[in-house]
Order: sequence, then C-alpha cells, then structure tokens
Amino acid sequence: MSKYILNRILIAIPTIFGVTVLIFLAMRVIPGDPLQLIVSESDGIYVLSEEELQALRASLGLDQPYHIQYVEWIAQVISGDMGSSFWNKEPISGMILRRGPISAQIAIMAVLLSWLIGVPIGMLSAMWRNSMMDHLSRVGITVFIAVPSYWLGLLIILFSVLVFTWRPPITIIQLWEDPLGNLSMTVLPALALGLGLSAATARMARSAALEVLFEDYIRTARAKGLKEALVVWRHVFKNALLPVITTTGLALGGLLGGAVSVETAFAVPGLGKLLVQGMTERDWMMIQNLVLLYGLIYVIINLLVDLSYAFLDPRIRYE
Amino acid sequence: MAFPSAPPADSEGIVLDIEGKRPHVLLRFSSSVGRFAQSSPIGMAAVGIWLLMFVMAVFAPLLAPYDPLEADYSAIRAAPTAEHFLGTDQLGRDLLSRIIYGSRITLIVSITAVFIGDMIGFVWGIASGYLGQRFDLISQRVVDVLMSFPGLILALLLLVVLGAGLVTVIVAISVTRIPSATRITRAVVLSIKETSYVEAAKMVGASNVRIMVRHVAPQAVAPILVVATLHLGGAIFAESALSFLGMGIPPPAPSWGNMLGGVLAAAFRPPWWLVIFPGVAITIAIMAANLFGDAFRDFLDPKLRRRID
Repeated sequence: MSKYILNRILIAIPTIFGVTVLIFLAMRVIPGDPLQLIVSESDGIYVLSEEELQALRASLGLDQPYHIQYVEWIAQVISGDMGSSFWNKEPISGMILRRGPISAQIAIMAVLLSWLIGVPIGMLSAMWRNSMMDHLSRVGITVFIAVPSYWLGLLIILFSVLVFTWRPPITIIQLWEDPLGNLSMTVLPALALGLGLSAATARMARSAALEVLFEDYIRTARAKGLKEALVVWRHVFKNALLPVITTTGLALGGLLGGAVSVETAFAVPGLGKLLVQGMTERDWMMIQNLVLLYGLIYVIINLLVDLSYAFLDPRIRYE
Repeated sequence: MAFPSAPPADSEGIVLDIEGKRPHVLLRFSSSVGRFAQSSPIGMAAVGIWLLMFVMAVFAPLLAPYDPLEADYSAIRAAPTAEHFLGTDQLGRDLLSRIIYGSRITLIVSITAVFIGDMIGFVWGIASGYLGQRFDLISQRVVDVLMSFPGLILALLLLVVLGAGLVTVIVAISVTRIPSATRITRAVVLSIKETSYVEAAKMVGASNVRIMVRHVAPQAVAPILVVATLHLGGAIFAESALSFLGMGIPPPAPSWGNMLGGVLAAAFRPPWWLVIFPGVAITIAIMAANLFGDAFRDFLDPKLRRRID
C-alpha cells in the first residue's frame, strides 16, 4: 500500500512541473510579454509610454531571460508569495486565503449534496427497475445532466428575486464568523452546482447497482436467507460505491470549472469570480497564479481519488 | 409452397443481393439509419432535434422575424408580446431572432471544435499506442499535463492568451477535448496491436505507417466516433459558459451563452424571458447531443459503455 502511495505521488511530480511550464509558456506566448496584454487594451483605459513600460517591466522582473523568470516565479510561489494584483496592488495570497474557503465550501457542499441525492435515487432506481420511480428518475437524470450549472444558478436567483424579493448576499462572510449569513450565501450556489452532479452520480449509482444486482454472490446472499436490507447494504451498496466515487472524482474537474461560472452567476466572492475578474482586467500575475492554484488543486484531488480507489479496492493496490 | 421471386429482405431491411455484390453505399447508409432508429427511438428523436437546429442555422435569415443585431430603443427589455414572441433584450433586440441566429454559433463551434480536437487525439492516440516506448512515455506525460487542468480553466487560460473570438473559442475548446480522445484511442490501439492481423502485417514487412493507417486506424474509428458524439454536449456547454463569462464569443454576436451574461446584474425587475429562453435552447441542444451520443454508443458497441464511462 505505502509503495503504491509513494509511486502515485512520484508520478504527480513531473505532472506538476509540466503544469507550471505550460502556464508560464502560455503567459509568455503572447507577443511581447504579459504586460502587452494590459497595454494592448485599446479602449484607452490605460496606456503607457515606452519608458514607463520599460521601468514597469524591470520592476516586475519581466526584462530577465525566461529561465530566470521561471525559476524566480517558482521560488516565489514555494515561499508562499503569490505577488500582488497589478491594479490595486493587493497581495494575491491574501485574496486567496479570504476567498478560498468560500469556494471550497461551495464545492464540498455540492459534492455532499450529490451523494445525498444521487446515491439513494440511483440505488432505488436500480432496485425498482422499470417502475414509475425508475422512469421518472431517468428522465430527471437526463435533464439535469444537460442543464448548465450556471444557468440553473440564474434560474434560482430569478426565482428567489421574483418570489421572495430576496437576493443572496455578495459580501464575504466566513462560516466561522456568521454561520447563517455564510450559508445564505453558499447554499444556493452549492445547489446549482450539486444538482447536475447529483444526476451524474445517480446515473452511475444506478448502472453500478444494476450490475451488482445480477452477480452470483447476491443470489447466494439471498439464498442463505439474508434479510433484503442487509443484502442491499452489505453487498449491493458497498460494491456499487467504487464506480460512484470514480464518477465524483472525474466530475470534480467539471465541478471546479463549473464553479467559476456559478460563482459568477451568483456574484459570490470566491476564487472563480476572482479568476474571471483577473482575466477580464488582464491582471496577469493573478491569472498566472490562480490558474496554477486550480491546476495544483486538481492534481491533488486526482491523487486523493486514486488513493481512495486503492483503499477501497484491494485489487488495485496489488497490481 | 411458393418461393418468392424478389430478393429476400431480412428483418432489418437490408436487401440482400443474389449476385453477392454489396448494396449501394446510400442503401447501406439508409439501412444503418433504419437499424439505429429501430434500436433507439430516443436517439433518433435527438437526431431530429439536431436536424431542426441545422435548419434553423441555415435558414436563419428566413426564419428570424427581425435582424438579430438591430437595436430598438423604444422597446427595451420588453416582455414577450405578439410582436416579439420571446421579448427583447437590454438593447431592444428581438430575443427570438437572436436565439435563431445563435444556433449558428452553437453548431459551428461545437462541431468544428469536437472534430479538430478528437481528430488530433485520434492520430496522437494511435501513434502513442502503436509506437509505444519513449514516444508513448513522453507524449502521455504531456497528456497528463493537459488533463491536470479542469477543462473550462484550461480553455479560459487559452482564451486570455489568444483573445476572445469565434476561431479562438474553437481552438480553446478543441484543445480541452484532446486528452480524453487520446487516452481512449490509445487504450483501444493497445489491444488492436496484439491482434494476429497486425502481427501478420508486420511479418510481411509492412511499414509502421502503413500498419497504423491500413490496419490499426480503421479498427479505432468506432470508439472515437462515440467519443466525439459524447463530446458534443460538453463542447456546447463550454462555449456557452465561456461566452457567459465574457471570454468566449464577444457581443454583439448572438451566442446563447453571452445572451445570459449579466442579465440579472443590472435590472431592478429581473427580465425572466432573458434568463429562461437562451438557457432552454442550450439545455435542449446539450440534451439532444447527449441522448444521441448514448444511443450511438449502445448501437455501435454496447461493450464500449464500460470503457468510456
């Protein structure tokens, strides 16, 4: 087991290196350098003279050769310094620490919701195959997999404004400061994000449970007189769980991306909204470091998902 | 007992030729369509929805009651009426016309992006799987890197670099399709590589390129076609989300996604029609693509299900 874990972590290292190189190159492929992004904005928002540009370049270290820039960037990130926003000079690491918990909370709540809704629906749907409930849930699954999460978010806001004349708050309220205020801000985005995921989970739970239900060991369990509840819990549920976790693992990438658009729909002050804001304002340091953060989070999540397979399924461990 | 004089037709509607010639291409195609329709009425309905979207896109100028870009300041944010069936937006543009024209962007972006991305993934996957060794090792690490970004984030990064626009959106979305297409093709090729006919081709001295093109690629076509149809829905979502975020198709061009951008931000009384109708269009398009993809997968090879899910 420990060998497997070590192996899996070692594989992640070159990937993370590749991620940093890709982001670094992408930000420099822009003709000139990242500052060009800002300067080429022709709307007359901000125009620099050539000398100002040179001075700015030097102050940001952009006049250095690429390999030195790269090493400096990595050294900075490792030391926890994410640089600061180009426009308001606010340190990026501070913004991440303030907004990160909100985004993480929404994502975690969405995943929990998807299990709470998706797993029972999928399992029941499989056990009562071709019943009315099964048909209804399959229609629901088809619809909710297709509905874009950010649009679902807009619908939820629309509904709450029209019916309750209430909009979710858009200031940062941490869970530990004001739990109710925090929940009123995060529950609805989590719902918008979680319903689509629930549908994907239910679909996978259904097909996984269906497969297990026809296994010989289920017949054996019933034949030896085990109570149906025990058969379902101990044999069907446990064996159907692995594919469900796989789906969640695979869906997490979509979840992180979807969260960006859902946060924008709700105007939730999370990381996703910060990223979009950074991109529209062409705040290159912010873009570079936030995209890196998303990449790292995703790599780590994938690592954890892989390790959880090994934990749940001994066959993978010993391969 | 009377023998039928006409060539016997089997239950699936394929006309068997007595001389042993293969039926005409069109006939074979239409009989495949017939079998597909029989195996999955829902899949066929999904195809119908896509055909309707094609009609909408091609005949947009005839179908749309108004110019999708023409502002009418006397009817700003007008709720649906007999004049404007789906209402008007913040510039007084007719929503129905914009949705009709928007189908063009949805179709062009999703189809070309999936075609380009999956084509690259197909070629890459064949080369990686068949050649193996160092090429496989290195190129799979590159795929690892592409896979370590959430798709939408990678597309956003590319769009910052390339700038917003129709072509750049297509490029960005196609790049995000490459990793999974490569992985699946590679997995299929690894098993094709072990077959005896590939072995035989090697034995008679066929070159690697010839084996890949003549023997491996045809066997890997079915899986990539299934992947491509399953990618369509994701591509439609990606385009709409990118445009919604203001990084995709720039306004004033009518894209279903950018129509949803900022609709709830400014208005005191939320214009519900501006929220609901473009989203319904996106959802229907994605749902039809998904249903077709599922049905197509089950039709071509029910076993594929396990490999792709």
